[in-house]
Amino acid sequence: MTIPTKLLLVDDEEDFISALAERLRIRNYDTSLATSGEAAMLLIQQDRPDIVILDLKMPGMGGMQTLKQIKAKDPTIDVIMVTGSVDSKVGESALSAGANDHLVKPFDIKNLVEKIQDIRKKRGLN
Amino acid sequence: MKALWSKIRPKFWKAQVDLSGGEQDVSYYSRIWKVAVAGIASVSVLPLVAMAFMNMNQYQNALKAQLVFPVTRLVSNTKRTIAYFLHERRAALRYIVMDKDFDADCSMERLNRTFIRLKNSYGGFVDLGVIDSHGVQKAYVGPYDLAGKDYHTQPWFREVIIKGVYVSDVFGGFRDIPHFVIAVKQDQDDGGFAILRATIDTDRFNSLISSLDLRPFTDAFVINHEGVLQTPSRFHGNTLEKIKLPVPPNTTTTQVLEVQDNKGQPLIMGYAYIEETPFVFLVLKHEKELMKGVAKLRRNLGLFLALSLGLILVVILGAATHLVNRIYEADLTRTSAQHKIEHTNKMASIGRLAAGVAHEINNPLAIINEKGGLLKDILSLGSDLPPKEKLVGLIDSIISSVERCSVITHRLLGFARHIDVRSESIDLSQFIEEVLGFIGKEALYRNIAVSMDVADDIPLIKSDRGRLQQVFLNVLNNAFAAVDDGGRIDISVEPASPDRVSVTITDDGCGIPPENLRAVFEPFFSTKGEKGTGLGLSITYGLVQKLGGNISVESEVNKGTSFVITLPVRG
Repeated sequence: MTIPTKLLLVDDEEDFISALAERLRIRNYDTSLATSGEAAMLLIQQDRPDIVILDLKMPGMGGMQTLKQIKAKDPTIDVIMVTGSVDSKVGESALSAGANDHLVKPFDIKNLVEKIQDIRKKRGLN
Repeated sequence: MKALWSKIRPKFWKAQVDLSGGEQDVSYYSRIWKVAVAGIASVSVLPLVAMAFMNMNQYQNALKAQLVFPVTRLVSNTKRTIAYFLHERRAALRYIVMDKDFDADCSMERLNRTFIRLKNSYGGFVDLGVIDSHGVQKAYVGPYDLAGKDYHTQPWFREVIIKGVYVSDVFGGFRDIPHFVIAVKQDQDDGGFAILRATIDTDRFNSLISSLDLRPFTDAFVINHEGVLQTPSRFHGNTLEKIKLPVPPNTTTTQVLEVQDNKGQPLIMGYAYIEETPFVFLVLKHEKELMKGVAKLRRNLGLFLALSLGLILVVILGAATHLVNRIYEADLTRTSAQHKIEHTNKMASIGRLAAGVAHEINNPLAIINEKGGLLKDILSLGSDLPPKEKLVGLIDSIISSVERCSVITHRLLGFARHIDVRSESIDLSQFIEEVLGFIGKEALYRNIAVSMDVADDIPLIKSDRGRLQQVFLNVLNNAFAAVDDGGRIDISVEPASPDRVSVTITDDGCGIPPENLRAVFEPFFSTKGEKGTGLGLSITYGLVQKLGGNISVESEVNKGTSFVITLPVRG
């Protein structure tokens, strides 16, 4: 039995993260949800996740700002950026701001799982 | 006629010109054409016609002067000759009576001698008589038996007593041979007087006139003060007949008049009164000669004028048509270029929207993806089937996400479709909400507060939806570009006047420096560098003008910018 990976899904589209979270749980990931950047920061404070799957565009505190705050708080938390924008610059700027990876919505869950596994491998968790 | 007109009618004649507010003018170019033709024609044709008439008049006067001058000369020369002829004979008679031996009792023999001397030296004398102070002819030499004739009752006798000399009219006399009389008085030492009376043949008189080398249509003759011919005339009757022309007024100098003969033909009349005689010398010249020259001149000038006018008109019509056609074609090119630019701008807007739209659609797509994926996971990976409600909930979520997508695509289509110009009733508040629909998400993500304040009594306006969308999208895009994240954009709609509505879009963005403010509506003016074409606001300006409205801007650096768009209520 490997150590379960704690995931935090952050997106203002609740329908999206609720379904995604359920699917990840089916795949044995410990998953929690937040529908805004502010809520995500509160959750991180209570229970540190291993990987944050973060939407870039959100009302209020946007994805970019949340990313910076997470990295400032705990640089060891990995972040996969998720965006609806097809603009490749958006992903690049996320990477340069400290995100480990990025995905364009809609994506195949296999891709997400692969990226999660990549991060786990890198951390020697596997 | 109509068929011909439709063939030669220039293309621009009934061309439609779009006026602001959607009205059309179909006589714009034909009006330019008419003004051009009238203008050029008035400055070229009028002076030409005026010159032609002045020329004609001047030439006519010159011709008349040419005609009058010889008449004047002829009249004054001939008058002098006649006057001299009469004076000579009068002087001869006076010379005789001044002889100290001359008296009423002069002998027949002596009178005869004198008569023969006179006839030989001067000629023209028909008879000679001496009359005493009682009017009785004491002595007579001549072809008639007039000795002893009593003249004291006759008017001439009285006249010669008063004036001392008398020249009679021409008269027929006994044998009906025209002649006239000259009489001179001589006072005697005894207080009485004697008169020497001579009859003079008019042949000499006539030959004076007939020797004038007269041109055809010219007549010369002598009349008395009553208008009775004293010499024969060519066209106006014989001696002793009355001419059918008025007697010209008495003057001491030679005069030329224009008169009309009894047929109404114009005549040039030169005349001179011969002093101390009842005679008036007349020269009459038909103006026919003059008219011939004038008519020829008039014909030539008329022909020249007509040809010139024709040529000028052809050139004016041709040039005006050509020029207006060029204007028309240039306008067409300009309009089509403008349409192209507008279309390009619209397409660019759509392109810009597309990025946002893709993002917006990707969100519901991601939901569909995950909900569908979850369904699949449950069915393939799960051990037992979840409750029915859960499955229905998943499917409902998928359907509502599909609806979200279709709203977005329809909105985009609705924007792209309105390329044709068409006027329709528009509820401005609903319309602006619709436009905001395109960019509302951006406001959400960038935390830009967009507020809208619509006055209660805003009527529906008649306008072109497609163009209006373009206008608001351009202005709102600029506002979004100007504000920072977390900024605000206020939109207010209020009535500007009974038939106009104004929409004010205010942002609290970076503002426009005063030196740029004047240029914002000019084409190719941009501060966005490679990101902008500099056409957005210039196109917006043109579109608002076309919709019959106007757009103005106020700005303060670092405080924000306000665009005010005023639109007519009735198109």
